[in-house]
Amino acid sequence: MTTTTTAPGPGIAKVDTTPIDNSGRDTKAGWLFSAPFLVLYTLFLIGPVIVGLVISFFNTATVKNDLGEFVALENYTDVLGNLDFWKSMWHSTLFTILTVPFLVVLPLLAAIFASRISRHQWFYRIAFFAPYVVPSASVCLIFGFIYAPESGLFVKALGLVGLPAPDFLGSTDGAWLSLTILTVWWTFGFNFVLYTAALQEIPEETYEAAAIDGASPWQQLRSITVPLLRPTLSLVLMLQILASLKVFDQIFILLQGGPNLSTRPVIQYIYDTGFTTYRGGYAAAATMVYFAILVIISAVWMLATRRRGADA
Amino acid sequence: MTTATLSRNKETSKADKLGSKSFNRLAATCLTLWALIWLVPFAWAVITSFRPGDEITADPMSIWSDHWTLDAYTNAFKLNSIGWWYLNSFLISTLSVIFTVVICSLIAFGLAHLRFQGKGALMILILAGLMVPMEALVLPQFMEFRLLGLLGTYWALILPATASPVAVFVFRSFLKGIPDALIEAARIDGASWWRIYREICMPLCRPAISAVGIFTFITTWNAFLWPLLVLTQTKSQTIPVGLSGLLGATGVNQAEVLASAVLGLLPLLAVFLVAQRQIVQGVASTGIK
Repeated sequence: MTTTTTAPGPGIAKVDTTPIDNSGRDTKAGWLFSAPFLVLYTLFLIGPVIVGLVISFFNTATVKNDLGEFVALENYTDVLGNLDFWKSMWHSTLFTILTVPFLVVLPLLAAIFASRISRHQWFYRIAFFAPYVVPSASVCLIFGFIYAPESGLFVKALGLVGLPAPDFLGSTDGAWLSLTILTVWWTFGFNFVLYTAALQEIPEETYEAAAIDGASPWQQLRSITVPLLRPTLSLVLMLQILASLKVFDQIFILLQGGPNLSTRPVIQYIYDTGFTTYRGGYAAAATMVYFAILVIISAVWMLATRRRGADA
Repeated sequence: MTTATLSRNKETSKADKLGSKSFNRLAATCLTLWALIWLVPFAWAVITSFRPGDEITADPMSIWSDHWTLDAYTNAFKLNSIGWWYLNSFLISTLSVIFTVVICSLIAFGLAHLRFQGKGALMILILAGLMVPMEALVLPQFMEFRLLGLLGTYWALILPATASPVAVFVFRSFLKGIPDALIEAARIDGASWWRIYREICMPLCRPAISAVGIFTFITTWNAFLWPLLVLTQTKSQTIPVGLSGLLGATGVNQAEVLASAVLGLLPLLAVFLVAQRQIVQGVASTGIK
């Protein structure tokens, strides 16, 4: 990303008759154009980060407007020593471990298949991407019935092939299974589109040349498609990890974090401590810990890709 | 010798084409089957929502009914405040789109075409915003909104979404594509920056406007956690929050719940079908998630 330099080069300065005046006018206009955004950005993005950081050092109650008593790092030591917090962190991580492989590999497979087909692309786009634009509540309502014991579509379908159905919503294992299936169905299309776009960037001549050299479809895939797709693969992986770690909607709507809080993700933990037990300061500290983890993951990824980019 | 290699090459390439043709056919079959499976939940929900309740209890899996009915839909409107939820969702999403497009294109124009002091710092500040997960900030955001007395209002839902770093970058990269010569010519003709923004850049920016607009609409319509916290009264809820309350609610039958689910996703499906290409391109070029 190149930003235009503020100061005009020495050669230009001679030609430009009013360099200082001009840049001064631009500065005013520039800030005027930026002002509405900056106000909202400061208030609602930077503001909450600062507010969160401040109240994480206080014993703030969510229901009151005052900060409460200053407790320094006590909230943080409480959070870090709290088993329930780490359980919820583990649930978000487990959800990530369960969904990311499917959501990185399956869409790639589908996109490769789709790239081999010239007609009816719109049909695959609708089938795979339409679920992604649909609200989580609708998805959960539909899947709630698909998973229903006795009468559910899944249970019946498994019964038809003679397989025992797990307790989809009542047991912990069943709950993770149902969440994984629902999430893969729901968000699959996003990565499918990212891969499809990347595949279209690969010029057809590359494949033609390889085909003339006698490379089989499988060889083409291995020595052309996969290497050229590596940057996209790493991007998809990263976006998917971050998105999965932020899971909340489907676990909350479908299971309320249950059975027995055994699937409660970290966002719901923050929600519960902050809005049901009103421990605002404590929940803010949990937020900051979680926030720091996400930022560290993105930063590590950015550094890793930058280094790889520099090596290449 | 050359002719020999040539003819052998031709043969292998022919065989290979055959091989890849069968591979292509296999791919088409697999993918079509796969796509059909993917459509099952939608199809099943729609079909069931048109079946009468007693038939569903008798045979929940059947995809046929002897008495197709719209009862579930009329009941869904009668039982819940779906009408209100629709109104709220539409107002909030539409206003968010307008505000986001205006506010983000303004700053993006400044960043793309104006030289001003502090621009570098501004860019870094917005770039940093890309890293902030909004989901993790609901608690301080909630406290801030209560302090401002905005809880329970539409503003609480519209304002946080509007200052979107992603939208700024979409607009900025698009605006960068407008040649400097065009803008300089307008400047020399005495046009103000505001006029250049409004009369030259925005009309040229239509694809970016529609991409940002569609995405803002979809994300605000689908937002769940924040509206759940902010809007507490039943009538002021949005579609996702209202619908989520139906799961496990007593006294509502399956057909009604599925009809409500279908109603909740219908506007988005419509947006999607109309703007398919822009949405797909938008995802492909920005990776907005």
